[in-house]
Amino acid sequence: MSSELHTDIAIIGAGPAGIAAAIAACAQGAHVTLVDDNPRPGGQIWRGGPSQAPASASSTFRQLADSQARLLSGFRVAAIPAPGQLLLEDPHRAQVLRYGKLIIASGARERLLPFPGWTLPGVTGAGGLQALVKGGLDVRDQHIVLAGTGPLLLASAATLRAAGAQVLLIAEQAPWSQLARFGWALKAYPAKLAQAASLAWQLGGVPYHHASHVLAALGQTRLEGVQLQLGARTLTLPCDWLGVGYGLLPNTELLRALHCQISQGAAEVDALMQTSQAGIYAVGEATGIGGVDKALLEGRIAGLAATGAAAAAQALAPKRKRQLAFAALLDKHFALQPAITQLAQPDTLVCRCEDVSHASLQLFDSWREAKLQTRCGMGACQGRICGAACESLYGWQGSGDRPPLLPTRLGSLLEPTLAKANPT
Amino acid sequence: MNPVMHGDVLIIGAGIIGSALAEQCARRGLRVAVAEAAIPAAGTSAAGMGHLVVLDDNPAELALSRDGLARWQARRHELPANAEYRACGTLWLARDEAEMQEAERKQAGYQQHGLSSNLLPATALRKLEPALAPNLAGALQVPDDAVLYPPVASRWLLQNAQALGAQLWCKAQVSSVDDEGVARLADGRLLRARHIVIAAGNASATLLPGLPLKPRKGQLLITERYPQRIRHQLVELGYIRSAHASDGDSVAFNVQPRATGQLLIGSSRQFHDTDPAINWPLLQAMLSRALEYLPSLRQLQALRSWAGFRPATPDKLPLLGKVPGHSRLWLATGHEGLGITTALASAHLLADLLCEQAPALDPTPYNPARFGPWSLADQHHPVGVAA
Repeated sequence: MSSELHTDIAIIGAGPAGIAAAIAACAQGAHVTLVDDNPRPGGQIWRGGPSQAPASASSTFRQLADSQARLLSGFRVAAIPAPGQLLLEDPHRAQVLRYGKLIIASGARERLLPFPGWTLPGVTGAGGLQALVKGGLDVRDQHIVLAGTGPLLLASAATLRAAGAQVLLIAEQAPWSQLARFGWALKAYPAKLAQAASLAWQLGGVPYHHASHVLAALGQTRLEGVQLQLGARTLTLPCDWLGVGYGLLPNTELLRALHCQISQGAAEVDALMQTSQAGIYAVGEATGIGGVDKALLEGRIAGLAATGAAAAAQALAPKRKRQLAFAALLDKHFALQPAITQLAQPDTLVCRCEDVSHASLQLFDSWREAKLQTRCGMGACQGRICGAACESLYGWQGSGDRPPLLPTRLGSLLEPTLAKANPT
Repeated sequence: MNPVMHGDVLIIGAGIIGSALAEQCARRGLRVAVAEAAIPAAGTSAAGMGHLVVLDDNPAELALSRDGLARWQARRHELPANAEYRACGTLWLARDEAEMQEAERKQAGYQQHGLSSNLLPATALRKLEPALAPNLAGALQVPDDAVLYPPVASRWLLQNAQALGAQLWCKAQVSSVDDEGVARLADGRLLRARHIVIAAGNASATLLPGLPLKPRKGQLLITERYPQRIRHQLVELGYIRSAHASDGDSVAFNVQPRATGQLLIGSSRQFHDTDPAINWPLLQAMLSRALEYLPSLRQLQALRSWAGFRPATPDKLPLLGKVPGHSRLWLATGHEGLGITTALASAHLLADLLCEQAPALDPTPYNPARFGPWSLADQHHPVGVAA
């Protein structure tokens, strides 16, 4: 492989949104390059690729396989050395990708919020635990508690159960009134309702508590149990794993580095999925958390729009309204209860990379000041986890990301074509 | 509107220079206020390496940096642990015989001023820092040089001042000053003091147009943690003499081991680039240079890179003293890349001048009058400017 590649349409992220964009753009005859940091396409929801994905995904994977899209698996976007260029890195080499148009399908990550004991081994995200199991973690006969908020808890529980784990209970922070309204509103989305019913069937017998949350993870060197607030009472339960996720957050690092407008944590896009930057599109969870159907539709719209099929893209726009309404439902009914942001004790670490406690952060008024004085957010995750936590806990807005986007080998930053391509 | 603050000294800018001066003035019993446009220690003070180094390009630079280092050394045990003061020393690296001669010349200069340093032949250098390229000719070790983490050290100075009664005004953007001791904030408030000191780094020129101050861009990169890989601040001997002497863009090898085990990699200098974004070709040139000296860096993980702007004067010496032609208006800025090293020395010197005491150092080389005079930016105050 030469160290510089060219493509008409670069797509970042090979989850449902990225794949749908690739299929649509290829069908228009464009040269498409699909970049993903996992070994196989599928994203988080279809993790593990065609062989492990649900039947509903198989036709999408088949269309991708039949398309002319070039797939760069295992590559991460390290930096943007110049307009129209991305520096990619895999475990062995670096690669410059020059593109005409860019579609960003960067997906989402879990919102993790600090509570006492959350850094103990054995405590993970709810979706994170699901991903570990899909990746081969053996959880047979392990006792697991899931907590947090949103439909992901149910999906995660179903995966864990199918893998032989004993899911002891699910603690959902939303109150019953919100859940009931969400359930009622689902009637307008028969497919989602069917998914929910199927999950409920698979989870028969697993206690599901509303208005409930984790108070603390217990254990000396590893997780031994969990203390829960279940409605008005508290309960301590021994367990082997604790998965806690407070919903999903769009991954916007690449978008911000490209100066795309972000509002309320997600990329701002027009009806054709174009961001505030001409020629740069955002699709799927990156534009707001809405699930796989929204992702597939938005990917298709962007794939068409980026290849000049504006009319065909425009024709799909009305369908998107419905998906956005569903996304708004999720947002509204699973909104965080105030108690969730008040769980951290003074000695609870908020920034795990740099060991910065809640007490030391409370002294400051802004992310920038706290960062400079405590190194909060300066570690290997570059504030991906604690940045969101600080926003929830203290109301701070992050500032100025600094390249590279992810830790990158020094040698990769020296990828020789950069300097040649961008003389001063 | 009536002025809201009355005091002896109003310092504009809570970077490390303004903070050190605030502490020094407060210690002398002056009533001090500090007006900071954004947040303390978040400008040039936060962008640099924090290398406390004696530089010997000229006698005035040597005097100020030497005094600054001595003052940090004297207070090292007062500093909070997270200021990460470490006396790691500097190794000035020589690539060939010509640079070894430069090292000898440098040693002779240090010796003359009673500063200790050791000439290291190649074998001794290899033992001290095995990660260095094997083809280096040797080094000059300056054992008393040190490093610290500037944002925390700067904040500590400011907090000392506050503990002694200094007032801190954050988000207080000063839009104009006059020679009557009045500063007008962007929100219309007025602050009044007997003396006003402009210590606003690059922003100082917005209050004093014509101030011979140019932002000189520099880029740094920090790695993940690799403890014990390097133990000294490593600088190439060509740092001053060749690479950074010109007015064009330049890079020079400069690597610092942080207390965290991270490596801070520099350095670059650029005029005429006011974009805070990373200049990639220059970043690459800087990293290539670093690899010449430390080949094993290639496999390390880069965590973050950033750019900052050093406030530079034409003769590379700071502006410390009265604004020429004015009686109540002072300057403490223009330290370029030496502001962290010299902060305590500059603060002492200016506090001496403010208190009309005989300064320990000869203030002449730093006197702003060597460039002046300038007129004030102030269009709002039709206040007569005494000439």
